[in-house]
Amino acid sequence: MSGATNREAVFPTRQSLGLMKTKLKGAQTGHDLLKRKSEALTKRFREITRRIDEAKRKMGRVMQIAAFSLAEVTYAVGGDIGYQVQESAKSARFRLRTKQENVSGVFLPAFESYTTDGNNDFGLTGLGKGGQQVQRCRETYARAVETLVELASLQTAFVILDEVIKVVNRRVNAIEHVIIPRTENTIKYINSELDELDREEFFRLKKVQGKKQRDTAKQDAEMKARREKAEKAGKAEDDKENSGGGDILGEQDDTDVIF
Amino acid sequence: MAAPASAYKDRQFLAVIGDEDSVTGLLLAGIGHVTQPPDSQKNFLVVDSKTDNAAIEEAFERFTSERKDIGILLINQHIAERIRHRVDTYTSAFPALLEIPSKDHPYDPEKDSVLRRVRRLFGE
Repeated sequence: MSGATNREAVFPTRQSLGLMKTKLKGAQTGHDLLKRKSEALTKRFREITRRIDEAKRKMGRVMQIAAFSLAEVTYAVGGDIGYQVQESAKSARFRLRTKQENVSGVFLPAFESYTTDGNNDFGLTGLGKGGQQVQRCRETYARAVETLVELASLQTAFVILDEVIKVVNRRVNAIEHVIIPRTENTIKYINSELDELDREEFFRLKKVQGKKQRDTAKQDAEMKARREKAEKAGKAEDDKENSGGGDILGEQDDTDVIF
Repeated sequence: MAAPASAYKDRQFLAVIGDEDSVTGLLLAGIGHVTQPPDSQKNFLVVDSKTDNAAIEEAFERFTSERKDIGILLINQHIAERIRHRVDTYTSAFPALLEIPSKDHPYDPEKDSVLRRVRRLFGE
């Protein structure tokens, strides 16, 4: 029987039956709650994936525009500014801040970009010529990076949600397919054992009752017999006493005393 | 479960691994940062055809696991392609890994590790 193996090791008593019933109820409540949580998270997850898809496409366009504006700079400055820019980079003007958002008890971090003021590493870039293009390029790239930051927060949320949903679903399934059946099996087992005990007890009581009845019947019979005998004896005496005036020779038949 | 707040509180920089043009553009936007002189670590790496894959992997490793102040790692898609095995096995939430298009290599959503995961999840 599969029920014999798939149950918890408990003694079949009424106390553990009560415990198991509480446990089953708890498992069912937990299952409902977790299921709802998983649904809420999945809804959010789908929304995020859709937005990631959009943002990735948008990123393609934005980066293309940015690359084009950089090409303009190269043309206007009349040489490669890459080296100069790389060497003069000292401290980040464009930084990130993280904040949290709570979705059904899961903290999703989100990035937020901000620029620190009074910090310009590239003040001299394009000083000779093309300064305007450099300025425009910086603005374009700053916008591109903002898009990227937005996309990165979506992606982080995606990764974290993915993980959390997996964990929650695993729990839901464990409760649904392992814990609840096992608890139900245990309850069934305890019930059957208790019924068995009940039947045994009933049978025992019947036996005892039967024995008692037999005993009383026997006693009754004995008593009756004894009483009859006594009555007989008494009658005989009476007869004897009364027979003084009666027929001593015994015309009338005596009833036979049968034991 | 979700990462504790301490895992991303201090992450305030972006890092780039890219070709010269992408890096230049992003540095112009102001994401470049060099740490204090003793070790002077840059948060960007310029990759050209002469850079070997080991150097890219090392930079990738440094930005993703060693440095705790980087929140987003941008990598050009054609460079990510060169260390694809590393990019695909990278699953942490922090820093967020973002594949970006470069001037010479248009963006291909089919190759993106995250978008591929999205596709797989929706059974496409």
